[in-house]
Amino acid sequence: MTPFLDLAAIDVAYPPKRVVENVSFKMNSAAIGCLLGPSGCGKTTLLRAIAGFEPIQSGSIRLEGTELSRPGWTLPPEQRRIGMMFQDLALFPHLTVADNVAFGLRGWKADERRARVRDLLRLVGLDEYARRYPHQISGGQQQRVALARALAPRPRLLLLDEPFSSLDVALREDLAHEIRAILLREGIGGLLVSHDQFEAFAFADQIGVLDQGRLLQWDNAYNLYHRPADHFVADFIGQGVFLPGQMGEGSRVCTELGDIDGIPLAGCEPGDPVEVLVRPDDVTHDDASPLAAEVVERAFRGAEFLYTLKLPSGARLLCLAPSHHNHRLGERIGIRLEIDHLVMFRRG
Amino acid sequence: MRAQWVGLDRWVLLVVGVSLLLALPVLTVFVTALQPAGAVWRHLADTVLADYVRNSLLLMLGVGVGTLLIGVPAAWLTSIHEFPGRRLFEWMLLLPMAIPAYIIAYTYTGLLDFAGPVQTALRESFHWSRQDYWFPEIRSLPGAVLMLALVLYPYVYLLARAAFLEQSVAVLEVSRSLGAGPWRRFHAVSLPMARPALIAGVSLVQMEALADYGTVQYFGVSTFTTGIFRVWYGMNDSIAAAQLAGLLLLFVFALLVFERFSRRLARFHHTGNRQFRPARLALRGRWRWLATLACLLPLLFGFLLPAGQLAIWAFRTAPRMMDGRFWHLLSHSLSLALGAALLILALALLLGYGQRLRPRPLARAAVRGAGLGYAVPGTVVAIGVMLPLAAIDRGVDGWARQWLGLSTGLLLSGTVMALLFAYCTRFLPVALHSVEAGLARIRPSMDDAARALGATPRAVLWRVHIPMLRGSLLTAVLLVFVDVLKELPATLILRPFNFNTLAVRTYELASDERLADSASFALAVVLAGIGPVILLSRAIGRSRPGYDAVS
Repeated sequence: MTPFLDLAAIDVAYPPKRVVENVSFKMNSAAIGCLLGPSGCGKTTLLRAIAGFEPIQSGSIRLEGTELSRPGWTLPPEQRRIGMMFQDLALFPHLTVADNVAFGLRGWKADERRARVRDLLRLVGLDEYARRYPHQISGGQQQRVALARALAPRPRLLLLDEPFSSLDVALREDLAHEIRAILLREGIGGLLVSHDQFEAFAFADQIGVLDQGRLLQWDNAYNLYHRPADHFVADFIGQGVFLPGQMGEGSRVCTELGDIDGIPLAGCEPGDPVEVLVRPDDVTHDDASPLAAEVVERAFRGAEFLYTLKLPSGARLLCLAPSHHNHRLGERIGIRLEIDHLVMFRRG
Repeated sequence: MRAQWVGLDRWVLLVVGVSLLLALPVLTVFVTALQPAGAVWRHLADTVLADYVRNSLLLMLGVGVGTLLIGVPAAWLTSIHEFPGRRLFEWMLLLPMAIPAYIIAYTYTGLLDFAGPVQTALRESFHWSRQDYWFPEIRSLPGAVLMLALVLYPYVYLLARAAFLEQSVAVLEVSRSLGAGPWRRFHAVSLPMARPALIAGVSLVQMEALADYGTVQYFGVSTFTTGIFRVWYGMNDSIAAAQLAGLLLLFVFALLVFERFSRRLARFHHTGNRQFRPARLALRGRWRWLATLACLLPLLFGFLLPAGQLAIWAFRTAPRMMDGRFWHLLSHSLSLALGAALLILALALLLGYGQRLRPRPLARAAVRGAGLGYAVPGTVVAIGVMLPLAAIDRGVDGWARQWLGLSTGLLLSGTVMALLFAYCTRFLPVALHSVEAGLARIRPSMDDAARALGATPRAVLWRVHIPMLRGSLLTAVLLVFVDVLKELPATLILRPFNFNTLAVRTYELASDERLADSASFALAVVLAGIGPVILLSRAIGRSRPGYDAVS
């Protein structure tokens, strides 16, 4: 089966700088993806290349099997049937809410157009506001207008360029869930650009982590967290620290906190230096444990404490403990490692 | 993030070419001014040059002080106090902008000279005759300062008002909590904080004062501009005229640098975040009426009185003056101004879009250079247009005589072409400012959004850009239209033979001491000038501080 969206080894450059390098991924139809990465990683450029605003220097972009971009040729954005929501929304200030939504419906019959606009405004809960101008409605409502406008021409794929960043956290999550539901119901693929992993987890089935123009891993949220492909992904997704260790016999790793059973790392000899990813939920507080560490910071989170612990070697660990375990700074507490998914990389 | 292409393409070449063409007059003046001094220049330097410099400096200084004295109190009162008529004064204080300085000068001369209504009334009520009393002579340097200050103070008023409104409320409240009364808050807090804006306003005013020709010529004050005319027409020495113009340009550029610098400072001066203003301070007792008076006087002397006098004269002379020639001249003048405005709008659109499509440093610099034209006095622009066009005409004529045996005469320099060229140089920045402000509102993401919704680039232009730009384009056309209508010195120098505008006709009649007869023409110019004032006052009504509105 041909994949819905297929990026094969694409490069995007603003000469002389290459902004996106050798990025490949595939997305299935009616799935929702996310490009996640710190600012300046090239995720927005990649999205603009898919929309057709930036030409690509190598590789190809295909949608439903049809080529959209190749080096030296770019199908104009207006012929791609790809919708886009912009970070600044880019609502047309001279048009009413209804006219904004109708903008992409040129060539439709008047009554069909009216019906489509009405349906979409109802869908996003703004049927009362059809005659208002963008500056007369709130930020959250503007977001909904931008969504309705992008969906109106029935795009095959909706691209979202950090469209929630101007909203407060509560509104952001509601809207993300709502948009996800709408996309799935209408059978439209979605691709979000974000720097916020929780937004990505909440919104997307598949997430690509980008750094410095490279796609490091394209996977679902669970795997990104528990099976990160490299050090950057492990560090960027979730919390955790790297504990130095050494390969022992077989698949054993020797660390300050004892030996851990893991999966043998390809090409590693016993004695090679490695680092083990330890997430806060991998460290269990146990007063009976012979291992002890000093509390150097603590953050109360309601149901639990997040302790920062110092090991005798000076290495630090994060530990999540139920909040009835109330320990003071400087106290030494017993801990135990309980790692279900051992993640380790070669050190150096 | 837009793609950056290296290298030149048609857009960049077009933008740079048009900008260079528009900068040609100023460049010509500079290059000519660098030529070795001739006999006329040496004669000037020995005799009248010192007078030109002294009078121009005194004029600058006097007008600067005068506009500060009128504009700052008016701005301070209307921006944060409440008193009878405040709402009305807020915009009516701009009305004097509608009257060109030369017209107010003619009007006051008619009002105040020996045969005018004021002196006549004094003589009649006190039974004086000519020798019995002393009356100040309006046709003098102080008179010119007063005239210019009366019509130019709105610049200072606008910028000061914007500065006072933008000042952080917190700073004023802090000084209040530290025990500072209204006077101390004014001179120890508000005024120093507004200083950069005031300097910017005064520099603008002084540039206008230096550029003035009609007032000083009529009042017989020798300044750079009248000197240029004298050398150009009286001594027929274009090099010396250009050298004089070059010297004047140095003065103007010094002011320009000063103005830019203080505007930059002004940006650093309000760092606090904007908050809603608390209620205005309501003035009580006699202060209310003093405040009303402080705002009424500039309005009265800067607009109501001269406009009223013009109306009376026009009413009296209209039956005689408003003949076929008047209507012909009116339509001629209006169509010239409209044509120039549309041409300038087209150029401004070209430069604005060129920069938007190809944001290259070279194009930017070229457009900035062309944008300086507004600071250049009309007299200087005219000299700078005349010299190269006359050289081209002479070249073509010589070639045609030699090879074709006929004389082509004046192809460019004596035609409307030359006039339009000068208007473009001088007024393009006005239109460009509006166009750029309009284009800045169309964010690149709006283009992208329209494309993603299926609009072709052409459709983006028609469905997004033109509707969003409409207001800015109308503003640009109106502002340039009125500026062209009011323009005097460049039109005097460059107009084709027997070619008249409202401004030139007013000038001619006034020069013939037919002040009352000139009133119909002058009043038409003033009425047109009220258009921009309405635009500005609407901007004030929306309470947008007036930085954009002025330059």
